[in-house]
Amino acid sequence: MSRREEEVVIIGGGPAGLAAALSAKKAGCERILILERDKELGGILNQCIHNGFGLHTFKEELTGPEYADRYIQMVLAEEISCLLRTMVTNISLEEDGWKVVTAMNKDQGLLEIRTKSVILAMGCRERPRGALNIPGYRPAGIYSAGTAQYYVNMEGRMPGRTVVILGSGDIGLIMARRMVLEGAKVQCVAELRPYSGGLKRNIVQCLDDFGIPLYLSTTVSAIHGRERVEGVTLTRVDENGKPIPGSEWEVPCDTLLLSCGLIPENELTVGLGAQMDAKTNGPVVNERLECSISGVFACGNVLHVHELVDHVSAEADKAGRFAAAYVQTEGRLI
Amino acid sequence: MTENKTKTVEMTCICCPVGCALKAEILADGRVQVTGNKCPRGAAYGEKELISPTRIVTSTVRVAGRKDAVVGVKTASDIPKEKIMECMKALRNITVTPPVAIGDVVLKNVADTGVDIVVTRGIRE
Repeated sequence: MSRREEEVVIIGGGPAGLAAALSAKKAGCERILILERDKELGGILNQCIHNGFGLHTFKEELTGPEYADRYIQMVLAEEISCLLRTMVTNISLEEDGWKVVTAMNKDQGLLEIRTKSVILAMGCRERPRGALNIPGYRPAGIYSAGTAQYYVNMEGRMPGRTVVILGSGDIGLIMARRMVLEGAKVQCVAELRPYSGGLKRNIVQCLDDFGIPLYLSTTVSAIHGRERVEGVTLTRVDENGKPIPGSEWEVPCDTLLLSCGLIPENELTVGLGAQMDAKTNGPVVNERLECSISGVFACGNVLHVHELVDHVSAEADKAGRFAAAYVQTEGRLI
Repeated sequence: MTENKTKTVEMTCICCPVGCALKAEILADGRVQVTGNKCPRGAAYGEKELISPTRIVTSTVRVAGRKDAVVGVKTASDIPKEKIMECMKALRNITVTPPVAIGDVVLKNVADTGVDIVVTRGIRE
C-alpha cells in the first residue's frame, strides 16, 4: 500500500473538482491532489459536445469539451497533481482531525492518503429505469439519456434507430436533437409533469427545430418487446401523476431513453457519516460549503444538481477558498 | 398600428438559459423591432430568427486508427438552419488523424455556407 500526505484532496476531476483545485491553489495551498476515476479530467463535460457552456464564466459560448479544456489547462499550468483512473473507496475521519482517503488504481494498487481537508466533487448520476417502476421485460434498447450520449458522442455508436424519450430534462432534449442529427427518428418526448424540466431554449432548439412532439402529463406505462424494445405504451396522467384509463396509445420504437432526473453521488459522503439533506440528496453544508464534518467541503452536483456548469464552477471556486482557509487555520503541511 | 406591420413572430431566445420571450416584427419602413429581450444579444437573435434563422451545429467525426473513437466538432459560427442536415451529411465522410487541437479546421466552407468545421476537443497522438 502506498501512503502520502496532502493538504487538500479533491474527489472528482470534473468541473467542480477542477475549479475547486484552482482556487485552493490560488489561495495558497501547495499540496493539492485531484482523484479522478476516469482516464481523463473534465468529467461529464467531455461527452456534452453541444454548445451553450461558459456564458457567465468566459463570456462566450463554448461546447462542453472546450469549457473543460479551459480549466484543465489552468490546472496543468498550476502544476496541480492529479491521479487518473483512480477510484476512491472510502473517506474516514481520524481522531486528530485528519481525514484518510482510501483509493485504488492499477499502477499503485491501494492508496492511503492522509489529508487536512477534503473537497467532495463527485457529481451526480442519472435516475435509472429501476427507480421508475415501469412494468415490462428487460429488453435491450433502454438507456439513460447520458449513457446514450456517451455511446454517440464518445464512441460513435448509435444505440438505436427509432427513439422515444421519457422525461424532458435537458440531457433528454439534447439527445433528442443529437439522435435526429445522426439519422434516427425521434418519435416524441413524454413528460410526466405538466411542464418540462428542461430549459426553454432546449425545447426550442432541440425539439421545435426538428418537429419532435413533447407530450406533457404523459408517461410510459408499458415497454414492449422481450429481446429488444419494440414499442411503448404512452398514457396521459392526471394532476396526481396517475394514469388516466382509456388514454393509452402505442408508439413503435427500438429504443427508449430515460431523462428522469439526476441524483447526487454521495456514497462516500454517507460512508464518512456526514449529515445529509433529504431534499437535495446532498450533504448539509454551512455558509462555507463545509459539511457536518469539519474540513470536508462539497461543491457542484454532489451538493445539489445545478442547471448550469457556470454555477458549478462558481460554487467550487468558493469551496476551494474555504478549504484553503481551513488548511491555513489548522496549520500548513509545509 | 398592426396594419403597418408586415410580419410579427413570437419566439423564445436561445442565446442563454434565461430564454426571454421575444416578439420580433417587421415595421412598415422595413426595420425589424424586437421586444421582450433583456440583453442586446436577444435583439440580434430576434432579428436573425425572423429574417434568416441560424444555428451553431455540433457533432462528431471519426478518429483515424481508433475503432470506437470520435471527436467533437462544431461550425465555427452559426449557419442557416436549413443547411443543418447538409452539414451533417458532409461530416459523415470526415476522419481526423491525431494529434488534433481545439480549433483545428477539419472541413472548410461546410455545405457552401462559408463556415468552417473546427475540432472542439484535443486528442494527443
